[in-house]
Amino acid sequence: MSAPSSTAPVAVAPTTTPSAPKVRSRFSVGRTLKYLVLLFFLVVVLIPVYVLVVTSFKGPGDAAAVRAWNLPEVWVLDNWKGAWDALSPALWRTIQMVVPAAVISSFLGSMNGFVLARWRFPYADLVFTLILFGMFIPYQAVMIPLLQLMLGAGVPSGVPSLIILHVIYGIPITTLIFRNYYMSVPEELIEAARVDGAGMLRTFGSIVLPISIPSFVVVLIWQFTSAWNDFLFAVFFSSSGNGPVTLALNNLANGALLTNYGISMSGALLASLPTLLVYVLLGKYFIGGLMSGSVKG
Amino acid sequence: MPRTLRRWGPPLLLISPSAVLMAVFVYGLLAANAQTSMTDIHTAAQATGREPSSFVWLDNYVALLGSPAFQHSLKNLALYTVVFLAGTMFFGFLWAWLLDRPVRFEGVFRSIYLFPMAVSFVASGVVWRWLLNSNQGEQASGLNRLFQMIGLDFLQNNWWNNVDVGIAAIAIPAIWQLSGYVMALFLAGFRGIPEELREAGRMDGASEWKLYRHVLFPQLSPVALSAVIIIGHMSLKAFDLIMAISKPANYQTKVPAIDMYVFKSSFDYASSAAVGAILLVIVAALIIPYLVHISRTEKAK
Repeated sequence: MSAPSSTAPVAVAPTTTPSAPKVRSRFSVGRTLKYLVLLFFLVVVLIPVYVLVVTSFKGPGDAAAVRAWNLPEVWVLDNWKGAWDALSPALWRTIQMVVPAAVISSFLGSMNGFVLARWRFPYADLVFTLILFGMFIPYQAVMIPLLQLMLGAGVPSGVPSLIILHVIYGIPITTLIFRNYYMSVPEELIEAARVDGAGMLRTFGSIVLPISIPSFVVVLIWQFTSAWNDFLFAVFFSSSGNGPVTLALNNLANGALLTNYGISMSGALLASLPTLLVYVLLGKYFIGGLMSGSVKG
Repeated sequence: MPRTLRRWGPPLLLISPSAVLMAVFVYGLLAANAQTSMTDIHTAAQATGREPSSFVWLDNYVALLGSPAFQHSLKNLALYTVVFLAGTMFFGFLWAWLLDRPVRFEGVFRSIYLFPMAVSFVASGVVWRWLLNSNQGEQASGLNRLFQMIGLDFLQNNWWNNVDVGIAAIAIPAIWQLSGYVMALFLAGFRGIPEELREAGRMDGASEWKLYRHVLFPQLSPVALSAVIIIGHMSLKAFDLIMAISKPANYQTKVPAIDMYVFKSSFDYASSAAVGAILLVIVAALIIPYLVHISRTEKAK
């Protein structure tokens, strides 16, 4: 992490973030203690990562309890190959599911967000709150009729069902993020378009959409990550033959009588790589999405 | 008429697809679920409509709330939520506080504390199932083995296999995963406090600790509220981690969301729907006051 001192706060309050003053190089006990504490937590947080990586390279005989925390005696790739064979079809299905789900719900969110931020109509706040509430409901409270509805409508289980569900139940959060963003767009920009005679749809298409790119990135990443990591809808609306990678991974890790931890852990890493990659490469936007979840205007 | 259409048409056009979807898939289905929860659909034949079902009012709720198994789930949910909330708030706040003043490698610390958030509960469940292995002594692996290695043998325990408090062990991975998120929220809160406020405090001769205690911490209460709501409502829906770590049939770690799934799997749609409705009531009791509070403060602005 170089240049701008912080990414997280900037994403939240771009105007008020004072850049933190320079680090003083003076030595003190308090400071040393602080670093030790920070370092301790760093190690604690990384323990599961150590276990994942080390176990994923261990051979079958290497898994004895006594050697649980040791490095592999011989580093082997068998687990990774096994995990790839077991998960690659599901990985591909997950991509097919996540991309359309993220794109469609982003567009719906931007349309709603624009209308709710810029168009004062009776009960606008009520409509917004009603949409927002959809974000908080436990999906368990709609699951049974949802199963019957999807079955009745003849939507095939697996990827098609999951795309539809992630789009629909993604509407509240995407609407929220875009609405907050459009509230911050200067009124003059939109007024200028209106004076030029552009209608609402033209204004939306030619002025608003192009300036929404940063919000689109935030929303796309958010939807990508939550759809990729989803397990609840996957359990109810797909099976091992047509489901996403979370379901396949859970079957891999919990299916066999005697769990093969090596393959399971390679699989867990494999299934997490896409979202981790997004986090590493686009961390700023990832955090932007997280912050929007806190429902602050 | 054309003028009304010009004024109302376009916005309606933009928002109506979502409005209709929300009306059907959220509110319509909530109503349908409430309806199902008051029937006697307890078998596959009834669930598929091959055999008749009838309306039984609140019988399923009475049966559920009276059953020791479901009471155990509710108790588990409460314990899980308390531990999860306490853990994430504690670590999240502590980390944010440690990182508030300039720290070398701040970005590294922050990124690593936060990264578990990007991983799915199912993936982290794989490694935590290994870490929370209940074997002890010779056979110990996971954290129990680690405790032996660092001379803390007395900390060994059977984790989620404990009938009374096993669910608290499932909260450990949840805390691992979301403390960084709470940290990010608090850190944003700290950085949002105007520098003048700190300066003013120092001018008045306040010590660093007093400055935090009396000036800065009180500024963070809205952030703390957001964090409690977010973590709290996640916690109430707990499902993925339990499925990944201890399997749905495990009595020690069952919560309502798991019951809902188990009932559904045996085509007991009525009980399943009733559990869903109970979860909704619990979540709504937390969320609705918060949403009202938020919309009031927005109006006041």
